[in-house]
Amino acid sequence: MRIPILKLHNYLLISIQIDLDDQSAIEFQEDLLNKIHKSGATGVVIDLTSVDIIDSFIAKVLGDVVTMSDLMGARVVLTGIQPAVAMTLIELGIHMQDVQTALDLEQGLIKLRQELEG
Amino acid sequence: MDFKPCVNINKELDIVGARQLGRTRAKELGFGTVDQARIATAISELARNIYLYAGKGKVCFEVIDQLDKQGLKVVASDEGPGIRDISQVMQDGYSTSGGLGAGLPGVKRLMDHFEIHSEWGKGTEIQAIKWVR
Ligand SMILES: Nc1ncnc2c1ncn2[C@@H]1O[C@H](COP(=O)(O)OP(=O)(O)OP(=O)(O)O)[C@@H](O)[C@H]1O
Ligand SMILES: [Mg+2]
Repeated sequence: MRIPILKLHNYLLISIQIDLDDQSAIEFQEDLLNKIHKSGATGVVIDLTSVDIIDSFIAKVLGDVVTMSDLMGARVVLTGIQPAVAMTLIELGIHMQDVQTALDLEQGLIKLRQELEG
Repeated sequence: MDFKPCVNINKELDIVGARQLGRTRAKELGFGTVDQARIATAISELARNIYLYAGKGKVCFEVIDQLDKQGLKVVASDEGPGIRDISQVMQDGYSTSGGLGAGLPGVKRLMDHFEIHSEWGKGTEIQAIKWVR
């Protein structure tokens, strides 16, 4: 299943609404990098409000997406991580220290604007 | 309770099927949201390991009823290559597939009880239990 990527000015917005299987996660990674390349977007918000599980594989894909986007000149903010997901991630031993986060999509956009537009 | 006891793991999508069924079972048993997420995540890790390292196998669920407590037991078994050194694979960060190596040590922390039996060349069985609080 393909995850839609919306463009808003210089930003790309993604809301993950499905239970991510490995294949969809990898496709999403590729789609997003292509879209960053084509659009020249400088910021990306990935909203995880509807995601109720992040296991080690999905965490790795998300972490890689952030690093790769960064290499391409786009800052990524993850938003809406559920409390239960945050707790299981820590228990898995995954800390995502270099990843920017915000409470919701709106806060994520504000964070990007503050950082990118000073 | 009508109980579908096992999910066969043959393809990648079965990982999602297994963790979703596990979450449903956990909910039915009265686990809270965080424990549901813990159980679903643990199942996802075990099912993916089966798919990645053994090719196929199954994840089974069992309700444990004891006088003073109730729990959900998850048994992940395969007839894959087995694990030669169990203490090695239980270390955070150890992976033979370029993964984070978070799966097995993570499952142990997410669940209340964790047991791993493996015979080199024969297969692996992992049992994990979470008690309803
Ligand atoms: N069912 C299994 N059969 C054979 N070997 C296994 C099995 N499960 C795990 N292993 C071995 O144990 C190692 C550690 O597993 P673990 O799940 O902790 O990490 P990983 O799968 O490598 O990475 P991650 O789960 O973080 O994506 C694996 O790399 C693999 O070599
Ligand atoms: Mg694993």
